[in-house]
Amino acid sequence: MAELTYLQAISDGLRQEMRRDNRVFVIGEDVGVYGGAFKVTLGFQEEFGPWRVIDAPLSETAIVGGCTGAAIMGMRPVAEMQFADFISCAWDQLVTVAAKQFYRAGTPVPIVVRLPSGGGFSGGPFHSQNPESSFAHIAGLKVVCPATPEDAKGLLISAIEDPNPVLYFEHKHLYRRIKAEVPEERYTTPFGKARIHREGEDLTVVTWGAMVYTAAEAAQQLEQDDVSVEIIDLRTIIPWDRKAVLDSAQKTSKVLVLHEDTRTGGFGGEIAATIAEEAFEHLDAPIKRIAAPDTPVPFSPPLEKAFIPQVDDVVAGLRELAEY
Amino acid sequence: MAIAREAEPVSSLHEIREAGLDREDLFGIYRSMLLTRGIEERGHILYKQGKIPGSFYTGRGNEASSVGIATAMGGEDVGTPLHRDMGVHVTRGVEPWRIFAQYMGREDGPTRGRDGNVHMADSQLGLLAMVSHLPAMLPVGVGCALAFRIREERRVAVSWFGEGASARGDAHEGMNMAGVRRLPIVFICDNNQWAYSTPTHLEYACETLADRAAAYGFDGVVVDGTDVLAVYREAKRAIEKARDGGGPTLIESMTLRMEGHAVHDDAFYVPKELFEEWAKRDPIERFRSWLRENAEMTDEEEDEVAAGVKRTLNQAIERAETSPLPDPSTVTDKVFARPEDLDTPHHK
Repeated sequence: MAELTYLQAISDGLRQEMRRDNRVFVIGEDVGVYGGAFKVTLGFQEEFGPWRVIDAPLSETAIVGGCTGAAIMGMRPVAEMQFADFISCAWDQLVTVAAKQFYRAGTPVPIVVRLPSGGGFSGGPFHSQNPESSFAHIAGLKVVCPATPEDAKGLLISAIEDPNPVLYFEHKHLYRRIKAEVPEERYTTPFGKARIHREGEDLTVVTWGAMVYTAAEAAQQLEQDDVSVEIIDLRTIIPWDRKAVLDSAQKTSKVLVLHEDTRTGGFGGEIAATIAEEAFEHLDAPIKRIAAPDTPVPFSPPLEKAFIPQVDDVVAGLRELAEY
Repeated sequence: MAIAREAEPVSSLHEIREAGLDREDLFGIYRSMLLTRGIEERGHILYKQGKIPGSFYTGRGNEASSVGIATAMGGEDVGTPLHRDMGVHVTRGVEPWRIFAQYMGREDGPTRGRDGNVHMADSQLGLLAMVSHLPAMLPVGVGCALAFRIREERRVAVSWFGEGASARGDAHEGMNMAGVRRLPIVFICDNNQWAYSTPTHLEYACETLADRAAAYGFDGVVVDGTDVLAVYREAKRAIEKARDGGGPTLIESMTLRMEGHAVHDDAFYVPKELFEEWAKRDPIERFRSWLRENAEMTDEEEDEVAAGVKRTLNQAIERAETSPLPDPSTVTDKVFARPEDLDTPHHK
């Protein structure tokens, strides 16, 4: 085991897969000579050459469409969007072509699109979004949101192995902030299997990505009130681990769903609805949602802080639930 | 002033032999063109009989272009044909009964009733199924070529778009990336002069769309899309050039869409004189005359091809009608692929 940052774990997983399987290649803007805007592929072009670490023109549509064609021809492409926000330019390729090709035509499209997402450092409206819910609504796409370095590596390898288009949301605020032990050997982390980040008895928080850490800080504060909080890190949104969520809801009877994406149409609504349908009798309080407000992501620090759910917001929400 | 080269017609059997086709190949082309038109004519009748749900599109007038290009492709090459390119499916060997099954939403159509009309492809034959969003398949074709380049295979991708779709960004991004990387791909612009009801002068302002190739750093050529041998020869040149590492070519194939956008559309907006003028250049009649003049096609030979096509169509429709409709309980099946689904010719 080595201690790696979340970002190093992504690089490590990608490099291992590229060494193991020559069908895997990387394509994106500035991923080669420059090593990627966040340096995830630093040194890759030296090791794998310019035809496996491909500097693409500023063409998200051609990058994702190109990956689809290459994947159908037997390659295992990994595209990098410089920021998750730019995936909107390739929406059509993902949603119209890649997502539907297997259902329509029986042709699997094993592509991974890496999406540096999330806010917390004044990236503004176009460098901070968490658009995972938009894609969760599209049949045929898998959506992955690792929170820990170990999962960042294992889920990336699973994503490359998976025979479907996978959107891999890597949270920028975790890149260098989060560091942990990561196995050096190759391993996969299965999709659709949640991780209990923290066990608890009284309240459940269902979340993913960077909000796992926000929830963890809030849970620590609740300890002082003698309230024990369980945190479920979903790891993957499509597919998502209904059983883990429902089991925890039955155990604690009070659930808070937390995400950094905006509230309306956010994936938290789907989770809340499922709990209401499947575990209503076990609930002792209405399901609570904490999410960003329905606005673009604002730039200025006080506004951004008001936008992204903060530890204090989660503490207040948990206290309300505890007192209900 | 146009920048792109204009293709020459093929004037003799000797010339076409030099381009790689013998007399038997020419009869094969003629048969594919008749079959292409026959499938669409019969399909139209089935549609009127209420046997085909949804809508129905034809490529009448484009048979020479689609068959000519597909004939120039190698067995290991791949293509992303569109809704006017039935001739590509026919030439690559998709069995006509499966095309009728596709039209009728049956289980034996290439999309097993999950998609309709010409939104289909047999990946075993090197074809990728189109989507309605044009030209979204063009960057996908570029990706196929990218895979060939990465693996240093002598294979070529052929990707189609229409003059209407030339206005969309996918066309630009795809051609630009292919030009930058000198990928083994040939772009075919089916210019049938009408994007639904919109004429060319409202779609683009350059003289020819093939002129755009120069801006992407590769060759452009305009070809008469009603002349199957001229189309074939240009496609062959471009494909072999791409195979030899010479990069992409853009071929603009000029035709007229001889029917409406789909069968509900009577194309009232197309001047009658234009239809009359292009009817004189009907690609099948043109090639039939060429075969009689240059390849000494006899009455017997002509009748034999026509009778064979008719028999194939009759049998195909009969067989397609015995194909079951999909079982409604399978509606949620196969949204996601399993690892074993990757066992396709391309994924080995």
